[in-house]
Amino acid sequence: MLEEQQNIKSWFYLAPALVLLAIFIFYPIFNAIFLVFVKDFNYLQGTHDGFTLTENFRYVLRDPNFARAMLNTMLITFVSVPLSVIIALLISVWLNAIPVKKIQGFFQTVFFLPYVTNAIAIGMAFAFLFNQYYGLINWFLGLLGISPINWVGMGATWGNAMFSLLVYITWLGLAFKIMVFLSGLQGIDKQYYEAARVDSASRSRVFRRITVPLLSPMIMYITVTSFIGAFKAYTEVIGMFGERLGPAGDDRSMITVVALVYDALDRSGVPGALSEAAAAALILFAVTLVFTFVNLQVSKKRVHY
Amino acid sequence: MEITLQNLTKIFQSKREDEVVAVDNLDIVIPSGKLYGLLGPSGCGKSTTLFMISGLLKPTSGKIYFGNEDVTPVPPEDRGIGLVFQNYALYPHMTVKQNIMFPLENIKMDKKEGLKKAQEIADLVGIGHLMNRKPAQLSGGQQQRVAIARALVKSPRVLLLDEPLSNLDARLRLQTREEIRRIQRETGITTIFVTHDQEEAMSISDEIVVLDEGVTQQVGKPQYVYDKPNNLFVAKFLGTPPINIFDGHIEDGKIMIGDAYIGKTDAEDQEVTIGIRPEGFKIVERSSFQVEVEFVETIGRDTTLIIRHPNVEVQESFEDPEDEEIPEEEQSAFAQEVAEELGEEADDTKMEGIDIPQQSVQQAKTFRAIVDADYGVEPGDTVKFTVKPHKMHIFNKETGELV
Repeated sequence: MLEEQQNIKSWFYLAPALVLLAIFIFYPIFNAIFLVFVKDFNYLQGTHDGFTLTENFRYVLRDPNFARAMLNTMLITFVSVPLSVIIALLISVWLNAIPVKKIQGFFQTVFFLPYVTNAIAIGMAFAFLFNQYYGLINWFLGLLGISPINWVGMGATWGNAMFSLLVYITWLGLAFKIMVFLSGLQGIDKQYYEAARVDSASRSRVFRRITVPLLSPMIMYITVTSFIGAFKAYTEVIGMFGERLGPAGDDRSMITVVALVYDALDRSGVPGALSEAAAAALILFAVTLVFTFVNLQVSKKRVHY
Repeated sequence: MEITLQNLTKIFQSKREDEVVAVDNLDIVIPSGKLYGLLGPSGCGKSTTLFMISGLLKPTSGKIYFGNEDVTPVPPEDRGIGLVFQNYALYPHMTVKQNIMFPLENIKMDKKEGLKKAQEIADLVGIGHLMNRKPAQLSGGQQQRVAIARALVKSPRVLLLDEPLSNLDARLRLQTREEIRRIQRETGITTIFVTHDQEEAMSISDEIVVLDEGVTQQVGKPQYVYDKPNNLFVAKFLGTPPINIFDGHIEDGKIMIGDAYIGKTDAEDQEVTIGIRPEGFKIVERSSFQVEVEFVETIGRDTTLIIRHPNVEVQESFEDPEDEEIPEEEQSAFAQEVAEELGEEADDTKMEGIDIPQQSVQQAKTFRAIVDADYGVEPGDTVKFTVKPHKMHIFNKETGELV
């Protein structure tokens, strides 16, 4: 009797979370799966023209924008994630080595600021940094005697635009990673370093043989979540290039898979557009799942808990 | 390798701008191949001294010599020392083998040769069969040996051990300290180890250095320091159970506790503090030192008599704060509670019948005498004592120095 009461009580406690999850997570997921397998879904009337197994997938895969989006997304993921993990690791080790706590605190704040700043705002700032005529980057290159490069302006090449985007995304990812790594570093017993010093280990060996292995659970966590995050890159592209998703005159050249999904949503009035978006989303989900699985497999061998 | 500490001083500057002198003008020579124990209560500067010898801490002033070489400015990695940390600091992600190999890899030793050496050392400390385990899969005693092996593998000039046994349980402690002694003998490396446990220090050291508040109190062979303490601090610190301290005085060459005569001396008449080892009492037929036994603890061979005496000086405990102990404040709070429960008029006689916890017994004005179990003393008996002269030490009341 009492147990039953407890049971009812616990459902009440869970209810607020469950209701929210059901509305905003479970229903959309099932709806997306439903959408993928219907033909010519009409958003306005909620009607469809029978079921299909592969048509929506085939449609997406044939879309030239999808190939481009996949390429961009992969490039963003596999360049910016490893790069920002390594840079964040080096910065946090350096931060951790600052002996004066006040100075350390100052730099910690500086490096964490991007995290509390809107990605769109930062993107606009970066777009300006990369500006062909007024940008700081070209100004520096000018000091080195290199003539101004058209990074993100009208007529910029795909390579230049992608390079700028990658620099921005890598930089944007640093703040959170540095914070996690730094707290991880501060959790490592100082005695390991003293022991290593007594054992005459060089600094690079201490880093490779002690710091990285002892930090490996954090590195793994950051890598997995960053991969997942990077697969979903979208805001960053908007921040830097606006809704054109590319330099002026080369619309959608920087499109990502999530951007493609949003693009399809814009055409939600067109029958089948929503199914197309759902198909793209599911493909991205599958890709993310596979890579996360690979990540976890690798981590089993490399991570020391 | 002979180690010389010359006027070694370490002052820590705390944030509130007051200075803490952790080690004050230490002058010690540690002969080559010996096992030295640095002994003292927590906060006496013993670990600071060890870390200065290792180079991990820089002395404020003074010099450290290894042989004739002044190593004061030499960083730890170039001093050729092996250091065993209190909690061993084994790299958790490396196997035993990798842990032991690590120092060798750092000095770029040939891998084959290194493996051979690591195996030799591991066999020496008795963990040769555990080479592929991770530290987490080892017992405390095994971890401790891995730490020693890691410190020894590069053939250091000096081996330093920081409270090496404090993380082990009582039985392992006994076993491991013999092990440390054996390893030290077999390798012949000058070894310094730090401990707050006097029994540990006395049982394995060639010589001990007793420190208090950064100042050397006495240096010497353990038995000598125990038998001939320089001052009250050393006398109190060494020995379990601890020495009994009495308020006494000297009158016409006679040593007196209250009205009881306990021995002769050449010293002038004065108020003194008298320390008598628990084993220094002898039950006799006739003596003016007559007391009533309150409790009797029988431990097989010997019997410990716990005796209330008005002239006993209550001693503070030297135990390390890490050992779970009720702080003094809480103790007195407890004593108060007991008193309150008994009602305000509760006096000493009423307290006696109650099961008072051990701590309050020690806090009370009692002393301990260890006598042969054959006497068959029962609580409530009256016994007469004489005191063995070599088990009694007389100290100046103010300075605590030997009279």
